[in-house]
Amino acid sequence: MAHNHPVYTDNDPQSELVTLNLGPTHPATHGVFQNVLQMDGERIVSGVSTIGYIHRAFEKIAEHRPFYQITPLTDRLNYCSSPINNMGWHMTVEKLLNIQIPKRVDYLRVIIMELSRISDHIICNTIIAQDTGATTTFLYLFQFREHIYEIFEEICGARLTTNIGRIGGLERDFNEIAFAKINKFLKEFPVALREFESLLNRNRIFIDRTAGVAEVTQEAALNYSWTGPLLRATGIDYDVRVSEPYSSYQDFDFEVPVGTSGDVFDRYLVRNEEMWQSIRIIEQALEKVKTEPKGIFHADVPDFYLPGKEEVYNNMEALIYHFKIVMGEIDAPKAEVYHAVEGGNGELGFYLINDGGRTPYRLHFRRPSFINYSMYAKMSEGMLLSDAIINMSSMNIIAGELDA
Amino acid sequence: MDINFVIEKFVLITILFAISLLIAMYSTYAERKVAAFLQDRLGPDRAGPFGILQPLADGVKMFMKEEIIPANANKWLFMVGPGLAMLCACIGTAVIPWGQDMVIGDRVIPLQVTDINVGLLYIFGVISLGVYGVMIGGWASNNKYSLLSAIRAASQNISYEIAMGLSIIALLLVSNSLSLKEIVEQQHGFNWNFWYQPLGFLIFMVCAFAETNRAPFDLPECEAELNGGYHMEYSSMKLGFYLFAEYINMFVSSTVMAALYFGGYNYPGMDYIAAQWGPTWAPLFGTFIFFMKIFAFIFFFMWVRWTIPRFRYDQLMNLGWKTLIPLAIANIIVTGIVIALTNNF
Repeated sequence: MAHNHPVYTDNDPQSELVTLNLGPTHPATHGVFQNVLQMDGERIVSGVSTIGYIHRAFEKIAEHRPFYQITPLTDRLNYCSSPINNMGWHMTVEKLLNIQIPKRVDYLRVIIMELSRISDHIICNTIIAQDTGATTTFLYLFQFREHIYEIFEEICGARLTTNIGRIGGLERDFNEIAFAKINKFLKEFPVALREFESLLNRNRIFIDRTAGVAEVTQEAALNYSWTGPLLRATGIDYDVRVSEPYSSYQDFDFEVPVGTSGDVFDRYLVRNEEMWQSIRIIEQALEKVKTEPKGIFHADVPDFYLPGKEEVYNNMEALIYHFKIVMGEIDAPKAEVYHAVEGGNGELGFYLINDGGRTPYRLHFRRPSFINYSMYAKMSEGMLLSDAIINMSSMNIIAGELDA
Repeated sequence: MDINFVIEKFVLITILFAISLLIAMYSTYAERKVAAFLQDRLGPDRAGPFGILQPLADGVKMFMKEEIIPANANKWLFMVGPGLAMLCACIGTAVIPWGQDMVIGDRVIPLQVTDINVGLLYIFGVISLGVYGVMIGGWASNNKYSLLSAIRAASQNISYEIAMGLSIIALLLVSNSLSLKEIVEQQHGFNWNFWYQPLGFLIFMVCAFAETNRAPFDLPECEAELNGGYHMEYSSMKLGFYLFAEYINMFVSSTVMAALYFGGYNYPGMDYIAAQWGPTWAPLFGTFIFFMKIFAFIFFFMWVRWTIPRFRYDQLMNLGWKTLIPLAIANIIVTGIVIALTNNF
């Protein structure tokens, strides 16, 4: 629609409308994407979304990479919760290869995924606060994202683009410091989250700014295949963790919060409640990990799980597997799989077609940001500029996930 | 004309100008420190002890930056904008009575640049003019965001001036004078207008927040939507002028609030102090008290900014027209009735 030519032209001197370019570099877009808006004063008459500014052709690149080298690509989708993407990808390949994962690994993965869900929701909710002008509340909670990154650093060595875990499990076990840091986080974070909620949940100005803004009906949300907190805010209790449990989510006791009107305030509340539920899940997972046999952090699949360096140097079998994995000598079964996980923004799906070789024949990422965003321009019609920006913040559009 | 008079006034004006600028400079520092305090941070601490030289460093930075004037901007108005904003901010302090008359030797020196009998109107005039700087700057930038911001600023200031003016009318009913000096004199000791006009003060304060474009009414420079708004295209000291003007306006607003409602240089026990310290030093102590009140208000401005979110444009208008103006009118009526009753019975 809008490729290299103006979306609107201002040729009509009688026109009362103004064309406003919201983006590609605008502080409210929190990433690189553009909205070309027709404005009547402060009110938006119509808008066109332009995307693709950071399109990196990941799906095409993936066709030329062995499975384990696709993990770093998924890091760069929704970079606010990379571990969920990593895990989703590992599980997709495990589904393809029919690998059974030990329970302990499942629980460790759940801990990692729920931590990154919290970090994702921290970003979205604090950014809503920031965009309404409440900078202090933003900073109160935002430092806990840092603490989560410190935990990731302890677990895998990286912070933002984590590349966490391997096909068949994790690349190393959690150490004592990691558990200590998680426990510390579980103690400190609820206090800060409660403070954050007490500053905003009943704040008159904040409610005025968010309640009733960008209301979405259940029908519209389903028509645009919305998922995640956005869909749940409209009142539909669809959560992949519950409807199609993966990584032993069925073992956990948690609630799926839903809203009523789908407006910005409901989305904010849903995300806040999900953070509380994530804390519950992590607490349960820590308990469950204790009951499992110690030291297991990957499935026994020598064909696909890279052996440790020590073994490679001292053990012939390990050396052979190492060589075969690295040189791509092992073929995967010819099959088609779809696996979805509940990402920070909704159902994050991986549709993988394998023709029997070492690389995917075709790989498609179902990226929730991209799908949720498709309604944005239509939603903005008739809105005030301020509302449109709060709406964008509450949709948590991450440019990496939008463009892939 | 008495040459001493000229010297006196010249010195007073120079001091006032210097103090305005100094307070504006250190308000930027204070704002960052207050924000840091409220947000669990340290704030600026690199330049000098406790970062006390930070405003100087910022000032030097502002002057050294490259000056950019957009190609399609209206150059003349683009330059007039910040100048006008600064000018209007600086001349507001002229009618403020800073203290009681000071006696040095046999000379009586009023601590006020000029006591015009419509001092209050003068202040309102100056504050109203202030929005021209923002409007002209926003329009001349030839940027749509700046233009939106200028429109917001203009409508916001005009709307809130009405409520502000109405809240002042009730005060005038109480004080019977437009001269700031007289209004402050009447509040001798602890007889502050705040006790007679609490609602009027509340309305006045809300409007002062809106007039100075401070949070929660900082819509014209709303960084999330308009990226700084009217001063988006400005760089170098022109930008500095806008930022400075905002802080000077905050200072002037605090001064006016302190003078009109909180007794200015008056404080309980001032007669005792005057008797003890004599007519040279007691007025200066009054001035000190006045500044303490002003700083308290400036702190309040900052406290609010770093605590609550900002309004939306239509909510701002609703608050101004549908809440503050009716309240201010009701305040006038109640005040009038009370005065009529107390005078006649």
